Amino acid sequence: MRYLPLTDSDRTAMLAVIGAPDVDALFVDVPPEAQLDGPIHGLPMHASEMAVEQHMRRLSKKNLAAADAPFFLGAGAYRHHVPASVDHIIQRGEFLTAYTPYQPEIAQGTLQMLFEFQSQVARLYGCDVANASMYDGSTACWEAVSMARRITRKKNAVLSSGLHPHYVSVIQTMAKFTGDEISYSAPNLDAAPDYGAMLDAIDDDTNCVVVQYPDILGRIGDLTAIAEKAQAHKALLIAVVTEPVALGAIMSPGEMGADIVVGEGQSIGVGLQFGGPYLGLFATRQKYVRQMPGRLCGETVDAAGQRGFVLTLSTREQHIRREKATSNICTNSGLCALAFSAHLTLLGEKGLRQLAAQNHQLACLAAERLAAVPGVSVVNDSFFNEFAIVVDGDARAIVRQLADQGVLAGVSLGRLYPDEADLAGGLLIAVTETVSESDIDALCSALSSALSSGLQEKLA
Amino acid sequence: MNVPNKSGWKPEMTPGDGADGGATFTGNRGLMLEEKLIFEIAGNDTTGVDLPEQDVDAPVRLGGLERSAAIGLPGLSEPEAVRHYTRLSRQNYAIDLGLFPLGSCTMKHNPRLNEKIARMPGFADVHPLAPISTVQGGLGVIYELAEWLKKLTAMPAIAMSPKAGAHGELCGILAIRAALEARGDARKVVLCPQSAHGTNPATAAFAGYEVEDIPTTAQGRVDLAALEARLAVGGAQCDVAAVMITNPNTCGLFENDFRKIADAVHAVGALVYCDGANFNAIVGRVRPGDLGVDAMHINLHKTFSTPHGGGGPGSGPVVFSEALAPFAPLPFVEKTADGFELIEEETAGDHHASSFGRMTAFHGQMGMFTRALAYILSHGADGLKQVSQDAVLNANYILRSLQDVLHAPYGDSGPCMHEALFGDKGFAEGLSTLDLAKGLIDEGFHPMTMYFPLVVHGAMLIEPTETESKAALDQFIGAVRSLAQRAIDGDMSLKTAPNYAPRRRLDETLAARKPVLAWQEPASG
Repeated sequence: MRYLPLTDSDRTAMLAVIGAPDVDALFVDVPPEAQLDGPIHGLPMHASEMAVEQHMRRLSKKNLAAADAPFFLGAGAYRHHVPASVDHIIQRGEFLTAYTPYQPEIAQGTLQMLFEFQSQVARLYGCDVANASMYDGSTACWEAVSMARRITRKKNAVLSSGLHPHYVSVIQTMAKFTGDEISYSAPNLDAAPDYGAMLDAIDDDTNCVVVQYPDILGRIGDLTAIAEKAQAHKALLIAVVTEPVALGAIMSPGEMGADIVVGEGQSIGVGLQFGGPYLGLFATRQKYVRQMPGRLCGETVDAAGQRGFVLTLSTREQHIRREKATSNICTNSGLCALAFSAHLTLLGEKGLRQLAAQNHQLACLAAERLAAVPGVSVVNDSFFNEFAIVVDGDARAIVRQLADQGVLAGVSLGRLYPDEADLAGGLLIAVTETVSESDIDALCSALSSALSSGLQEKLA
Repeated sequence: MNVPNKSGWKPEMTPGDGADGGATFTGNRGLMLEEKLIFEIAGNDTTGVDLPEQDVDAPVRLGGLERSAAIGLPGLSEPEAVRHYTRLSRQNYAIDLGLFPLGSCTMKHNPRLNEKIARMPGFADVHPLAPISTVQGGLGVIYELAEWLKKLTAMPAIAMSPKAGAHGELCGILAIRAALEARGDARKVVLCPQSAHGTNPATAAFAGYEVEDIPTTAQGRVDLAALEARLAVGGAQCDVAAVMITNPNTCGLFENDFRKIADAVHAVGALVYCDGANFNAIVGRVRPGDLGVDAMHINLHKTFSTPHGGGGPGSGPVVFSEALAPFAPLPFVEKTADGFELIEEETAGDHHASSFGRMTAFHGQMGMFTRALAYILSHGADGLKQVSQDAVLNANYILRSLQDVLHAPYGDSGPCMHEALFGDKGFAEGLSTLDLAKGLIDEGFHPMTMYFPLVVHGAMLIEPTETESKAALDQFIGAVRSLAQRAIDGDMSLKTAPNYAPRRRLDETLAARKPVLAWQEPASG
C-alpha cells in the first residue's frame, strides 16, 4: 500500500521493542465483540492510483462543468476566473500540509498571510478588524447574529426579506434551539428593496438587523437609514455580502454604518466546487473585537525584537474558554483564505475595480437583451452582476429544459422558495467576466424558444 | 542597519554570539528569506491580471452607491506575487517537510492524487445549485462516500453537510436535542469528560445546554461509577440529554467501558455523542455503531487525509443511529430509480418533516469529499484496517521508546491507541513542556500537542500517524530523548529555543494586550 511506509520486518522489530506478540495485542482494551476479524465485509479492497483516478474521472464526467456551457448561476456562489498562480500558491506543500499555526515560530508563513488577509477583508468591508475566516457565508451570518445577542443581551433578530433563503434557514435552525425570535418574510418582486416592513419591525427588543447587500435578487439599497434606526434601538446592523467582487464597484457596508459585516468569500480565489469548501468572511468594529468568533492573527515581536505574528485573543475561543467561548469553531477555512488573499493581491485595487466594472457592464448588457425577449421582464432597477427576471410560467421547469439543451440558465426562485407561489416565475441571472456576449445571446435565444413553445402548448 | 523601518520592524539579524557569522545587509540568511507585508511592497496601481480598462461611457445601474473613496488594497504583478507567497511558505513547517506529531490532529501524508482529482473540472467547476440532471456525478460522489462512512461506522444514517469537526458536533447535538424535543423532553445538561476537546463543551453550550464534567479515573478513562451516579440524579426526571465522549479518548486510550456507558446513558433516556476526532485509531477494525453510539462526527481532514491547509478547510460528516436518523439536517442525497436526488427544501416533502433544519448554505465540503473518497478507494477495506493498525503500532513504539525518560502517566495501564501521552514530571525546576517543545523545533520537528488534555500536568500528546517510516520515528525518538534528558538535567539553554527557526519565541502577551489585527499606514515622519 503506497501510503504506508512500514514493512513487515519494521513491524516485527517494533513489536519486539514494545514487547507485544502481535498487533492484536495492542487492541487489548477493545472488547473482543467490538472487533472485526477481517476487513469489513462487502467493501472493495485497495486500488492502484490509476484505477482510482479512472473511477473518479468517470464520476466527474457525469457533471456538466460550468466552462462547458453558457453559464448564469449565482445566488450566493459566483464563477470568476482565478489566475493559475493562485492554485500554484495554495498547492505549496508548506501551506497545504501545515496545521493551524499554534507554534508561531515555524508558522510565520501562514500567520503573515492571515494578517494580510484580515487587513484586506477589513478594507474591502470598510471595517476596523476582520477575523481569520469562518466556514462560509451562511455560518458566518449565524455567528454574527449570535454575537449580536451576546453584545446586546436581547433575543430578537430582524432579517430582511432580501437575505439568501438558505442563510435564513441556517439562522432559523439555530434559533429553534437558542430560543431567539426571528422576524422574516420572503421577498416581493419589486424593482428596489423595500425596507419599510423591516424598519417597522425594529424596536427596543431587537438585537440585530440582518440585511444582504446586494440582496438575493441583486438589488442594491442604501443601508444608512437602517443603521441609524437599528443603532437608535441599541441593535446592531449586520450586513451580508455574498458577492465580494461587488465591493469593487459599490460602497462598503462599513462606510454606511454596519456594525458587523459578514459574507461569502468564495468568488475571489476559491471557485465553485459544488458548494464547498467556501470561505466565511467576518469583520466588525474594534470595540466588539473581544466578542468575535473564530481565530484572530495579531502582530507582535519575538525575543530578538523582530516583528512576527501570532494567533491572539484566544481567551475568546473554545480551547481556552470551553463552554463560555464565543463560538465552538476550531478548524476554519485557512487555505481558502490564502486563495482569496492571493487572488485579491493579484487583482489589487486597480484590478478589482476593473473586474467589478467589467462584471457590471456585462450584466447591464444581459439585462438589456433579456428585457427584449418576449415573455421576459427584468425586475431590478439596480444591480451589480446579478438580477432577477420574471418569465411566463414556472422558471424551475424552464431551467431544467434549458439544461437539457446545454444552457445553464440561472437559479430559479422556485428552487430557493418552494413555498412561495408568487415567486415561481422568478429566475436569478448572474453575469460575470466569464460570460461572453455570445453566451448572452444563447441564453436569450434558448429562453425565447422555450417560452414561445410553452405559450403554444398553453394555447393548444 | 539598526534603524527601524517605517513599520517598526528592525531589519537586522538576531543578535547572536557571532558564531552564526553576524548580521547581513538584508536581514536574510542564505535560504532563510525575510518578507515584508504586501502593504509594504505593493504599488497602489499595480495589478497581476489583465483586464479591460473601465469604459467611462458604460451604463451604471448601481443604485447611486458607487464606491468613490480609495479601498486601500495593494496589488502585485504575478512574479512579485508568486515570490511573496513562496517566500512566506518557506517560513512554515508542514507534513511535507517532516513528522508532525500533533496529538488528536492526525497529521498524516496528503496524497497528491487526491489534489489532482479534486481539481477535475467536473468537480471543481460545478455550481451547487446547478440543475440536478447536470450534477449526477457530484451527487454520486456524496452518495458513495456516505455509504462508505456508514459501513465503516456501522451506522444507518449520515449528514454530509457539516463543514468541520466542531460543526459536526453541533449537528449531532442538535439532532439529539430535536429527538428529545420530539419526545417532549428537551432536558438541560450535556456531560463531557474533563479530558474532552474544548469544542465539546462549547458545542453543547451553543445548542442551549448546560455543561457538566464527568471525572476521569486514575487510569485515564471515564469514571463509570461517577457517571452512573450523575445519571441517577433526579430519578425518572433525569435532566441529562447526552454525554459527549471521545473514543479513543484524548489520553490516547480506548474507553473499554464504552458499551456499559452507552447502556447506562440509554437506560435513562439520554443519548450518546461520540467525538470521532480519533477515529484513525480504529478505522476498519472497530465500528462505533457496535458500541451504542447515537451520533458521531468524522473529521475527513484527519482520518481520511484531506489536507489541513494551515487551519482548514475541514469536513465533518455525522453518522446517526436509527433513533436520530429522522432528525438529520437538509440537504442530503438519495438514490432513486432515475439516479441521484438532492433532498433539500424543494424536494424534502412530508417524508423528511422531522429534519431539524439546515446547517449551511449548500451541501457540504465537496472538495473534501472527492479527496476523501479517493483516499478511501486507494486503501480499500483492507488498507484502512492496516492504517489503524500501523497508527497504533507507531504510537506504542513511541510510548515504549520514551517512557524511561518521559513520565507516561497511563503507561502502566496497557498499550495506547494512536497517540502516546506524557507529562512533565521529573523535569528540573524552571523547565517545562513548552521548553521541550520549542527545543523540538530546533531539532527540525513540529512539537507535539502541549498542555492537552488538561488532566495531565504539562501534557505532551504525540500522534505520529501511520505514514511515518521507522527511520523517521527513530530520529524523532532520538531527538525527544535528548531533549528530555536536557530537561531533567536542568539545561537552561533550552529556555532560549528555538534558535534556528525563522523567529525566536514570540511575545503573545503583548499581542493580546495591545491587539494589532490589521495593517495600518505608518504615521508619516
